[in-house]
Amino acid sequence: MTIMMDTGNRIAAKAAVMARPEVVAAYPITPQTTLVEAIAEYVARGEFKGEYICVESEHSAMSACIGASAAGSRTFTATSSHGLLLMHEMLHWAALARLPVVMCNINRVIGPGWNIWADENDAISQRDTGWIQFYCSSNQEIFDTVIQAFKLAEHEKTVLPVMVNLNAFILSHTSMPAEIPEQHVVDEYLGSYVPQWKIDIDNPTTFGNIIGPDYYVAVRRAMQDAQENAKHLIPQIAKDWQKISGYFHGDFFEYYHCEDAERILISMGAIGAESKIAVDNLRKKGQKIGLARLRVLRPFPTEAVVQLGKHADLLVIDRNISVGLEGAIFTEVKAALYGESDAKVHGYIAGLGGKDVTYKDIEAMCTSAFKGTKKGQEWYGVEA
Amino acid sequence: MALKDLPVDECLLQGNAACPGCPATIGLRLVLKALGKKTVMVVPACCTAVIESLYPFTSFDVPVMNIAFEAAAAGASGVEASLRKQGRTDITVVAWAGDGGTYDIGLQALSGAFERETNFIYICYNNQIYSNTGIQRSGATPYAAWTTTTVGGKTEFRKEMGEIVLAHHIPYVAQTCISYPEDLYNKVSKAKNIKGPKYIEILAPCPPGWRFSMDKTVEMGRLAIETGAWALWECENDVMTFNGKSNLLLEKKIERKPIEEWIKYQGRFSHLFKPEKDVVKIKAIEDHLEKTWEYYRKMYLRK
Repeated sequence: MTIMMDTGNRIAAKAAVMARPEVVAAYPITPQTTLVEAIAEYVARGEFKGEYICVESEHSAMSACIGASAAGSRTFTATSSHGLLLMHEMLHWAALARLPVVMCNINRVIGPGWNIWADENDAISQRDTGWIQFYCSSNQEIFDTVIQAFKLAEHEKTVLPVMVNLNAFILSHTSMPAEIPEQHVVDEYLGSYVPQWKIDIDNPTTFGNIIGPDYYVAVRRAMQDAQENAKHLIPQIAKDWQKISGYFHGDFFEYYHCEDAERILISMGAIGAESKIAVDNLRKKGQKIGLARLRVLRPFPTEAVVQLGKHADLLVIDRNISVGLEGAIFTEVKAALYGESDAKVHGYIAGLGGKDVTYKDIEAMCTSAFKGTKKGQEWYGVEA
Repeated sequence: MALKDLPVDECLLQGNAACPGCPATIGLRLVLKALGKKTVMVVPACCTAVIESLYPFTSFDVPVMNIAFEAAAAGASGVEASLRKQGRTDITVVAWAGDGGTYDIGLQALSGAFERETNFIYICYNNQIYSNTGIQRSGATPYAAWTTTTVGGKTEFRKEMGEIVLAHHIPYVAQTCISYPEDLYNKVSKAKNIKGPKYIEILAPCPPGWRFSMDKTVEMGRLAIETGAWALWECENDVMTFNGKSNLLLEKKIERKPIEEWIKYQGRFSHLFKPEKDVVKIKAIEDHLEKTWEYYRKMYLRK
């Protein structure tokens, strides 16, 4: 085991390389660039033995990953924002084709106007593609989650692509220490990739030809079942990793002072990490508040949300907006509670466009939201 | 290779869902005879996705991976990288796409794969329209041709895809036509044994798309060559050779047949003949062809 003091992107690259994908295909985009550059350095030093395809677009990056995965290789890519949006068609394709591609997405603002800062609307807008989605809040978690992502994606009960999200700059470009296990530990944990289906000249099959409604419904249903399976596998896979690494990143939420909490804050990504300080400060003032940092958006942890709503009112902070409705996590939390809990749920939209969200801002949101019995959603830090 | 000596094995099976008189199936049979069973096909949205037949059946006896419309060359890049990593360099990776997926929506991925020196064969079967969606114009549709999106006839000339590919200076580029099976077979066989990117374009006269009788598919291809509307050539390591009748045209050893001899059989040009002959537009086609062949001679005729 060694300590690696480096940025989120470079630690993600380290994890990806240690997972030994046979094919990486990627296209650079700010702020993901240092991740793919780091992989290129591993290639140059001979430490990465896989094929590294420098494609001409993100659409081609995902298409090449699909081709390589279908031919039987473990595959990895990384992107951000507009790159993720350009991939959109192929995100659906990878999931429907049941190909366990693993991808890091650096959550960044969507233009216009051009803005490279943190915002989760890029990944949120890909919720319905069938990909499993993780959101990280520290570099150790990035490392552990990328390794576990391969295990989960390739598991015979899942066989779905996995997206590991990290916020632009706040994580992607911030150095933090991460414990890195020896290569043989990762090798033993992951094993080599055993595809559930692949292109094989000895067993010539046609993949993805025209399909009638009955078969198509079965394909969709199988994807949904696989996401449900992932709900059981995510904690189990994390426990297996904890035995080796000592770190547990595997629950749907990271719980912080939730045991006796009467009010629970739900946030995600970098805001989730910042929220811990806010909770500490509010607890010093005597408030029984806790934090549930959402780590997994798909499969959505409905049961865990219901548990949160049993004893506490909730505040959801969304760094995204489904324009014309409200923050996506706010919507999904309320949907999970419907008919199961009378908890009051208040929402804030905060941090869009990379606007900084400090622990003081989070304290202010908590104080305001829980002062009365507010319901509905407000914008934080924006004049109406 | 003479026609009677072609391999008898068929990798495109009976009962496929192609239209009667379909040129794509002629091309596929010949391509797969040349490549054999150690072949992986990557197919974007195009008529072949229909020809494959309805799941859970297939008309192919080689593995086929379908991929999105614009993604054939990129998908093939991934398959090729994976197979190379597995040491399976004995398997030929083929992207098989229509002119829509090649000239237009897939051009970027195609150019990228060629620039990266991907070891695969990209085959475009060109029927000069988006046929799978029901006969809309493409970048390969010739001037004046009717399509459902050029109802009065296309007002622009087609692009020269071959010239675009030549600019990549890949090891092998060829144009052929389903009406010349030996030429097609030989070009695919040659491409199979060359390392790096290979591009082969097959002119594929489409009975419903061009509005001609389904028993005239082969004849429409021959007339395309004889009128100079299409050319047979191959360019190996930047050395260009025109083949067969196209070479005789290049060297002016035979005369180009008037373009009317080709277009008069095709309903897509019928508005040029009735209610009265549109001599201006027919001359425009003829002039453009003459200019094209003068360009070919300037560029490729060996002195």
